[in-house]
Amino acid sequence: MDSFFSRYRNLTILVAVLFAQVLGLAVQVRRKDEKSDRLLRIWAVAAISPLEKGVIGAQHLFGDIWHNYFWLRGVRTENAELRDEIQRLRLEQIRLTQDAAQARRLQTLLAFKEQFIHKTVAAQVIGTSGSEASRLITIDKGRDSGVATDQAVITSEGVVGKVVKVYGGYSQVLLLSDPASGVGALMSNSRLQGVVRGTPNGELMLHYIMADEKVEPGELILTSGGDRVFPKGLPIGVVSDVARGPDLFLNIRVKPAARLGRLEEVLVITQVDERSAQPETAGPVRAADILAERLPTLPPPRPDGTTPNAAKLAAPGATGASPNKPAAPATTPNAAPAAVNPAATNPGTKPGPKQQTGEIAKPPQAVAQRSGDPPDAR
Amino acid sequence: MAVAAYQSREKIEVYRFPLPVAIAIPALAIFLQAFVPVKFRFFEIFDLPLLVTIFFAVARRSQISGLLTGCAIGLAQDALGHHPIGVYGIAKTVVGWGASSLGVKIDVENPGSRLLLTFGFYLLHQAVYFVVDRGLVGDTAAWMWGRTLVIAAINAVLAVPMFAVLDRFKQRA
Repeated sequence: MDSFFSRYRNLTILVAVLFAQVLGLAVQVRRKDEKSDRLLRIWAVAAISPLEKGVIGAQHLFGDIWHNYFWLRGVRTENAELRDEIQRLRLEQIRLTQDAAQARRLQTLLAFKEQFIHKTVAAQVIGTSGSEASRLITIDKGRDSGVATDQAVITSEGVVGKVVKVYGGYSQVLLLSDPASGVGALMSNSRLQGVVRGTPNGELMLHYIMADEKVEPGELILTSGGDRVFPKGLPIGVVSDVARGPDLFLNIRVKPAARLGRLEEVLVITQVDERSAQPETAGPVRAADILAERLPTLPPPRPDGTTPNAAKLAAPGATGASPNKPAAPATTPNAAPAAVNPAATNPGTKPGPKQQTGEIAKPPQAVAQRSGDPPDAR
Repeated sequence: MAVAAYQSREKIEVYRFPLPVAIAIPALAIFLQAFVPVKFRFFEIFDLPLLVTIFFAVARRSQISGLLTGCAIGLAQDALGHHPIGVYGIAKTVVGWGASSLGVKIDVENPGSRLLLTFGFYLLHQAVYFVVDRGLVGDTAAWMWGRTLVIAAINAVLAVPMFAVLDRFKQRA
């Protein structure tokens, strides 16, 4: 027996190592316990993620220094353009608020129940699985920031995926394009419902649409909310190609709304409220308030009773402003579906440079401002 | 005849690596494989951990060392994905064993043989991965011949300069 093992020592070790791994696989497949964190995964993520986070941090630091202190060409012009844009958007916002209030009243009449994104956590993408077989990204927020498994991950453009593993300061997100992923989908025009899944080569396909239905390329696909992971109304993508499948269903290829191959920052939806629509109680915005909003603000008085730049204001041609000017244009917490408000992110989290400025979300029917926002933001 | 074969084997050089290098290079390969696709998604088509497995296996020319290196690298790669741990582990164990076995028999120092070797072992790796993933895990992995051959060729081309760089860390045993 000794001679057998010494003669075939290498082969025996190979068989033993392979057998041990096959056994380990069999145990994992049998358990099918997605939520249990295996020690090896924890070690691997704990070893790699801090390095990835460090490299991303250094890259941002140098990028910020370069863009904020050296590369300032065209900033003045851009600033002036942005100021004009703000003025235009403020007026538009007031108009939209009116529309939203009206929509809210109508929804109340119909007793709609909607899901509102109540709280989100902004996170930075710091790594991937490194393999095409596993379309997974690692983000720099974890259990400490309130992230949990099966929470939806989005960008301002659309759905990204869902959280599958959570560690202390990191989480792993399964992208929509992975074959193991799936999301309940609703076609925006035809209102047909199906399931969007990933394919082994990283594409998205919409399944379970009957072959006799008419589907046009370019139609927007939204989340249906039926999977209880993604709130209703978030954009998944647009139909890029339709073909008849071998069975009763259509083969519908979907171009993802979010750029899944170039993700840098994402939002994890940590809390979703489901509630009935509330009627708008605030009165209409007065024209005087709109005017006051557009005029310059009078600075607050100093303790000695004088106002800064008083002489300047008293000069001919200086414009006065109403001291009773409202703090901000009227937006209401119940105003429909407005934006993923980065202010609604977890207060304990530190947003990245881009997140501080806020991201406006396109999806509209399901996303609303956080009801707990301070009154001056309303 | 047997004596001649023995002498031929004696001429094949066996290399070893300092411990920090033996740990740092696979770790760096796994780190780059996980990190670079954040910025450059196309980088996922490369399999740096596989190339490192092949390099160490053929340089050391020890089957046990080759299979254990492949196993460790594969398991680490598995740990970063969402598939059950062991799929890459098994594939890279087989590749580590095969590469070291081949390294004992043929000259794998010149670029041409390295190109062919990497091309072949990439295909073997994907085949083992596919069989394990479908057969044992029950996933729906798809085998795409065209894509696999192209990616095998790309990895083989990358392997030539990469192995030339890694040669600098080799020490004669």
